[in-house]
Amino acid sequence: MPKFVELWVYLSTTPLFGLTATLVVYVLAHAFYVRQQQAPWANPVLWTVVAIAGGLLATGVPYPTYFSGAQFIHFLLGPAVVALGWPLWQRRGELRQRWLPLLLAALLGGGASAGSALLLGWAVGLPADVLLSLASKSVTAPVAMGIAEKIGGIPALAAVFAVLTGIIGALSGKYLFDALRVPTTPDGWMARGFALGTTSHGLGAARALQVNADAGAYAGLALGLQVVLAALLIPLLFRWL
Amino acid sequence: MNALRGFAWLLLLQSAGELAARGLHLPFPGPVVGMVLLLGALRFESVRTPVSACADYLLSHLSLLFVPVGVGVMTHLALVNEYGLRMLLVIVLSTWIGLAVTVLVLRLLNRPARAE
Repeated sequence: MPKFVELWVYLSTTPLFGLTATLVVYVLAHAFYVRQQQAPWANPVLWTVVAIAGGLLATGVPYPTYFSGAQFIHFLLGPAVVALGWPLWQRRGELRQRWLPLLLAALLGGGASAGSALLLGWAVGLPADVLLSLASKSVTAPVAMGIAEKIGGIPALAAVFAVLTGIIGALSGKYLFDALRVPTTPDGWMARGFALGTTSHGLGAARALQVNADAGAYAGLALGLQVVLAALLIPLLFRWL
Repeated sequence: MNALRGFAWLLLLQSAGELAARGLHLPFPGPVVGMVLLLGALRFESVRTPVSACADYLLSHLSLLFVPVGVGVMTHLALVNEYGLRMLLVIVLSTWIGLAVTVLVLRLLNRPARAE
């Protein structure tokens, strides 16, 4: 038994541990998600985060130790943001044709998400640095961190808020759209996908992509637009305020 | 090989984006500048073919990349203990408001276009 503890202490401090845990738990959670017919509540990111955070807290492994391995996956967010240019480029025709409604929806939707978060957060008495970290919640995590840093929020907290917003959108989008009677015609799928990408960025887009190809395409477009709009407008707005 | 070449392009464009953002004091994060640069570079076949092979793969596993940051919630347990329920409420409500506004604006604006 002491031998086992010794081995665990050794393994849990190498970068190999964080990387392996992230990949293995995600692969298992994803297999479960597929077995549940991709039901929103079985969201693989949600359960992977819960399982790993719970496991780390239970075994007393500190987050920086875990992150020394997980950073190799985290690092890929940068090239992934660059890669978002590819779906955007593929849909440049549609973008040129419908740029006005899409741009308006992205601006108003993103604005409503950020504005209502600030207003509600202020109403329930959240501290200022938490509030500022909420402003970028509808932007994909790596960009949200950059924005939070620029306006005086807490980057790590902004990333967690962004991931939570992504999971909540992916979890509940379907039910909300059904309640609003958004049809499942090609036009309806376009609107559903675009809304998921606008408010719930990469996690919403991943969900949309699994459900319907049109929805996924527009979600990718929306998340790319949101990145550009939010990265440009939020720091500018806060500079004026 | 194509996917690897595509990954090299993505990293190169991200580096260019980081340099531009820092050097010119742009208000955007470096990868966002890299994405805009990629939009310009995709007109060239020699960029498009490798990047498409790599980007499709990377983006199909996009949600995995959020896990390390998500686990970071455990470092904010004090904050979660004090404000957890309120933060969750704010995030859930504002996400629904954002989703509803986006979808309704699109439905509204697309209707007259189809009637024409």
